[in-house]
Amino acid sequence: MQHVRTSGPESAVAALDVAGIGHSYGPKRALNDISFSVAPATFTVLLGLNGAGKTTLFSLISHLYDTRRGSIRIFGHDVCRASGEALRRVGIVFQARTLDLDLSVHQNLSYHASLHGIAEREAQQRIAALLDTVGMQGRQHDKARSLSGGQMRRIEIARALLHRPLLLLLDEATVGLDIESRAGILATIRKLVETEGIGVLWATHLIDEVEDGDHVVVLRQGELAAKGKVADVVRDTSANSIRAAFSKLSRIETTSAPEVSP
Amino acid sequence: MSAPAMPEKAAGIMPVRFEEFGLRHHLICLKGIVLRECLRFMHQRERFISSLVRPLVWLFIFAAGFRQVLGVSIIPPYKTYVLYEVYITPGLCGMILLFSGMQSSLSMVYDREMGNMRTLLVSPFPRWFLLVSKMLAGVAVSIAQVYAFLIVAWFWGVKASPLGYLTVLPALFLSGMMLCALGMLLSSMIKQLENFAGIMNFVIFPGYFASPALYPLWRIQEASPLLYKICLANPFTYAVELIRFAFYGQVDWVSLVIVAGFTLLFLAGAIIAYDPSRGLMTRKQDPGGNG
Repeated sequence: MQHVRTSGPESAVAALDVAGIGHSYGPKRALNDISFSVAPATFTVLLGLNGAGKTTLFSLISHLYDTRRGSIRIFGHDVCRASGEALRRVGIVFQARTLDLDLSVHQNLSYHASLHGIAEREAQQRIAALLDTVGMQGRQHDKARSLSGGQMRRIEIARALLHRPLLLLLDEATVGLDIESRAGILATIRKLVETEGIGVLWATHLIDEVEDGDHVVVLRQGELAAKGKVADVVRDTSANSIRAAFSKLSRIETTSAPEVSP
Repeated sequence: MSAPAMPEKAAGIMPVRFEEFGLRHHLICLKGIVLRECLRFMHQRERFISSLVRPLVWLFIFAAGFRQVLGVSIIPPYKTYVLYEVYITPGLCGMILLFSGMQSSLSMVYDREMGNMRTLLVSPFPRWFLLVSKMLAGVAVSIAQVYAFLIVAWFWGVKASPLGYLTVLPALFLSGMMLCALGMLLSSMIKQLENFAGIMNFVIFPGYFASPALYPLWRIQEASPLLYKICLANPFTYAVELIRFAFYGQVDWVSLVIVAGFTLLFLAGAIIAYDPSRGLMTRKQDPGGNG
């Protein structure tokens, strides 16, 4: 992998370990030889422009697709061979809204609790506590349809935390939200990393969501362009900021002959 | 499921013990999926009304009109001449199950497009268990619709014996399972919601009309031997006959075996289709993302 820059030490034991992953949709290659890891209690930003392969990678990690090349381990559990054990440890917020709009907030969360085998009484307690955590207390009987985009995202985050995961995956969780909602959601997740020790993989194309202490993984057209701590990636790309580094790394290198108009 | 290893402990973070999933957890999951399907159905009143109106139109209008045209001779399980309304009632029950099974297929395609399907598929329970639970949820809703129809039919004078309403339940369940499994298999093949019209044209209508739901098979054989053979190859034929016999407390063993066989076949197909390692889903790009 000539283009990969690896910067800084990686955690010895990973919350998420992605090794040599590749995926294709028919003849179209979506991901090629992606390797990185997310340590527990760290915030890792998966950066990439639209079409870089972030959502495909999320689909592989969450076992919606099978891993055909390479392996993915969540706290040591192979996502393909021990998918149940792996998925119990991970909470996922998908890019697309996945709440059932016809049901209430409480019904949506109860449904998720049942999908993780959580008994009703236990689920009630967790729902009340998590709605408080995400600032949505008192809204449990509201129809999901009546919530704003930001509120829906908060409910989806509460849902992803309901089974007490050790790793949280968020795919473009702030897309389409106003600045205030984005900041609120980001702050909530960062706080969870500090207080609960959850490992977070936060996929985005919005560079202003990256902070200096974060780890970043940069994807470009299905290839791993860089990975490591923000400062290390900035240094290795000879840029003066992560914004400049991302811009540099996302630039598509045109090696083929230019197209000739007929 | 094996006891979880504890790599978390090795990582130096607070170890979390994950209780092994037992029967209780599976039942909680099943209950949650069935409850969600019931809630969704209750929130969609139009769906309930249309599911009831469709067979009632056939019963009130079609059957009344054709009573004089179509004679039904004494064929098992009937021991005497029966009114045409009585003859088509099992077929109309099958029709509700057929439409409901396809409706569950439609709802799965919708869920996939809207992203709801992903919340189900990332559950740590085995994929086959989740799909069977989803099917059972669909069957529960279908059977509720059939009984709602039978209540209205009772007031119209189409009455089975009290025991018949009970003995028909296993037949409704098995037929519902077969049709829901078929719907689930079809849902894995449909790429977009718009393609569902094809299901109406190629599955529901041929399935319904090429069966003894509206006219006895001997009548079809007289009219067209080819159509008769098509009817015999149609699994819905056996679902209707299974229901018809069950109303009279009898078992049509041939139908039972065929319906059970097709249920397993369709279910296996659906499980394979939704399996991330073998199924069709892996080859389709996720519509929910742009990255």
